Amino acid sequence: MVTLNDYLMVSGLLFTIGFAGVLLRRNIIIIFMALELMLNAANLSLVGFSRFNVQNGLPDYNAQVLVFFIITVAAAEVSVGLAVIVALYRARQTTHVEDITSLKF
Amino acid sequence: MTPVLFWTFSGIMLLFATLVVVNRNPVASALSLVVSFLGLAALFVSLDAFFIGVIQILVYAGAVMVLFLFIIMLLDLRAEGRRKVNVPAVFGGVVVITLFVKVLFDVCYGFQGGRAVFPPIEHSAHGDVWHIGMTLFQTYKLPLQVVGTLVLVASIGVVLLSKRELR
Amino acid sequence: MNAAPWLILFAPLTAAVVITLFTLRSRQLSSYVAVTGVFVSFLAALAVFAGPDHAAGFNWIDVGIFQVPFGYVIDDYSKMLLLVVTGIGLLIQLYSLGYMADDAGQSRYFAALSLFMFSMLGIVLANNFVMMFIFWELVGVSSYLLIGHWFERPSAADAANKAFLVNRIGDFGFMLGILMVWSASGTLVFGDLAQKWPGLNLSPAYALAAALLVFCGAVGKSAQFPLHVWLPDAMEGPTPVSALIHAATMVAAGVYMLARVFFLFEGRWAALGVVLWIGLATSLLAALMATQQDDIKRILAYSTLSQLGLMVSALGLGVPHAALFHLFTHAFFKALLFLGAGSVIHSLHHEQDIWHMGGLQRRMPLTFWTFAAATLALVGCPPFAGFWSKDAIVATAFGRQPLAGLVISLVNFLTAFYMTRLFVVAFWGSPRSSSAEHAHESPAVMTTPLVMLAVPSVLIGLPFIAPVFVPSSEPEAPAILAVLVSLLVLAAGVALGWRFYRGAAKDPVHIPLFANRFYIDAFYGRLVRYTQDALSTIAGFTDRWIIDGGIVKGLSGATFWSGFALRFLQIGNLQAYAFLFGIGVVLLLYIILFAS
Repeated sequence: MVTLNDYLMVSGLLFTIGFAGVLLRRNIIIIFMALELMLNAANLSLVGFSRFNVQNGLPDYNAQVLVFFIITVAAAEVSVGLAVIVALYRARQTTHVEDITSLKF
Repeated sequence: MTPVLFWTFSGIMLLFATLVVVNRNPVASALSLVVSFLGLAALFVSLDAFFIGVIQILVYAGAVMVLFLFIIMLLDLRAEGRRKVNVPAVFGGVVVITLFVKVLFDVCYGFQGGRAVFPPIEHSAHGDVWHIGMTLFQTYKLPLQVVGTLVLVASIGVVLLSKRELR
Repeated sequence: MNAAPWLILFAPLTAAVVITLFTLRSRQLSSYVAVTGVFVSFLAALAVFAGPDHAAGFNWIDVGIFQVPFGYVIDDYSKMLLLVVTGIGLLIQLYSLGYMADDAGQSRYFAALSLFMFSMLGIVLANNFVMMFIFWELVGVSSYLLIGHWFERPSAADAANKAFLVNRIGDFGFMLGILMVWSASGTLVFGDLAQKWPGLNLSPAYALAAALLVFCGAVGKSAQFPLHVWLPDAMEGPTPVSALIHAATMVAAGVYMLARVFFLFEGRWAALGVVLWIGLATSLLAALMATQQDDIKRILAYSTLSQLGLMVSALGLGVPHAALFHLFTHAFFKALLFLGAGSVIHSLHHEQDIWHMGGLQRRMPLTFWTFAAATLALVGCPPFAGFWSKDAIVATAFGRQPLAGLVISLVNFLTAFYMTRLFVVAFWGSPRSSSAEHAHESPAVMTTPLVMLAVPSVLIGLPFIAPVFVPSSEPEAPAILAVLVSLLVLAAGVALGWRFYRGAAKDPVHIPLFANRFYIDAFYGRLVRYTQDALSTIAGFTDRWIIDGGIVKGLSGATFWSGFALRFLQIGNLQAYAFLFGIGVVLLLYIILFAS
């Protein structure tokens, strides 16, 4: 049978892949996608714990509400982040992180 | 859910997540990301979190991905040309990731409680949307308002950021 | 479930939506859509009026212990008001066809008017506080839209803002009151509350506060002192709007709401006393102000204020049915007065100063006669409608609180005086301007509603007609005295007005205090300005010396020096930071989980 550890392991691997993307890729949009992967890895483990912590025959809905909040905030974060990227691109004509080394310009 | 399905969806998810990172073409990366999220949504459903699975598809595979593709096309990004590999950076990255995987395995190995099978749940009269709604509107009223304000501020911020006059 | 009440409610909304979405381009079509909508409402209201009392609804909001239904209640009160709102609304929309014929914003106007009808009918039908509050706000919004219809005129835009802001103050209190009622009783449905409220074990202070806060809403919407300042300015809107919203229906919403929730006040004498004296103060002040105004619409506006004060004081005397009776008759003759004024204004090319009118009785006979009927009804001349409804209030007042009876009689005297002044100056004598000389009768589409409103203004108060519409009331003790006093003050007022203004070319009486509305508006202006000045001085001091000098300078110094020290760690490469971050996370995890 599938156990909680399996889910946690998959979640951790997904997180690692996302982290690798952040560390190794140079394109800021790809980095951003990798960040989304990491967020979702956290969601997966949260839902796993929620399903594991059964009380009165019901999963723990607090965790699912937290996931709901994470998804909401992540959506806001994506929109703001992409707007920043667009503004950055207008100013610098690039999406490579190596070309963006100063905060103020 | 049978182990077969679990491993199938996990495999799909991890494979396409890897493709996100590996692909040189941003559009291909974005599409891989969609597939990865669909796999993730299937895993949510396997955990009886139907509502989360559905909004995962709606928000991520729908809204967020459209936004990504839109920006990629707006900026007209092509596949990256090969750049000089920064050897110390790649080396450092690989080291950190290896360390991370080691910690991960240690943790999972050490977590005895996680080896148990999932306890059964009863299927109550209400769907899980009802339960989440009750939790949300009773226990988490204030956080809900705060998140709403956050989204509002974010949308205003996006409008401001996207204005032409930004220097 | 009976569909007629829903039809009443949603026909005007449909009209508003259709106009906004489809027919904005065509002014003709928009006006017809709006008139059709309100006509359907009117027919449905007739059906409801003939039908039995009932209530229905469905569950709308259901979160744990907080439940709000969406439903209607049909009883004597709402039946009567449904007829008033849809009937007068229909006539006024017809009138608007003529009055607004060459206005570019006609479609917008009719859309807003339909939205208003929808919201007002919502208030009338609502069976709970939340629903009423929502429609209450909607009414405020549509009133804002309509007052500001000619928004290119700064005075109209300002008046719209003023009306909205002043109403906000009242609505804030109303909302607090609703919350207090809910937290004490756990329900917001009127029917349940009426049964539950008297039995609740509340401290008198709490009950008083809840009742007065709810009354706050009525003070704002029905323009009672001290929130009355918005109503005269609201006359900047088109005249049919003034007739419908700021005379007949919307301002009556406060009185209707109080009658609907009268159980909050029943037997609580402190609350009733406040209501009574606020109503009396409004009534008296407004009547005094009306005697010195020169703008025909403003005179009528102050008269409306005064009559609203009378209705509120009737509530304060504990006789809601008398208040509603007066509301009912007042709606007809005041709408007629405004429409008559509109007819005059229309034919004089938007001249509103009564001292530029005169000699209109031969040039506009139909307007003249209907205006005369409405004036007689307003001053309370028997057997016109106003006499009966005012008499009910005066008699009660003399029976229960003689002092209040005296004040009301004084108000009636003033009413007779200023209406005589208005009437004599505007319609009799010789024309005082060239536009008055060339005045001519308005088109039939405008005069027909006048005639149709004149009929009820004359007849509706008669003792064998009124009970059909107005909730039954036990008659007070025979009030020969009250009738005599009423007739006496009426005769005195008319005689005095006639004496002063017959043939006058300029105003012979000059009282700056009344003309300047007791300086209340100026006082509010000052109050806001000085409060703002004081607050900004304090805020400025805090900002300059405490926040800037202490916190910001101190923090910025600390930040600057630590930043200077840390600057050497800045590389500028995003991924280098991510690398450092990852190392840190791994180390932390390792230490926390395995090192202990």
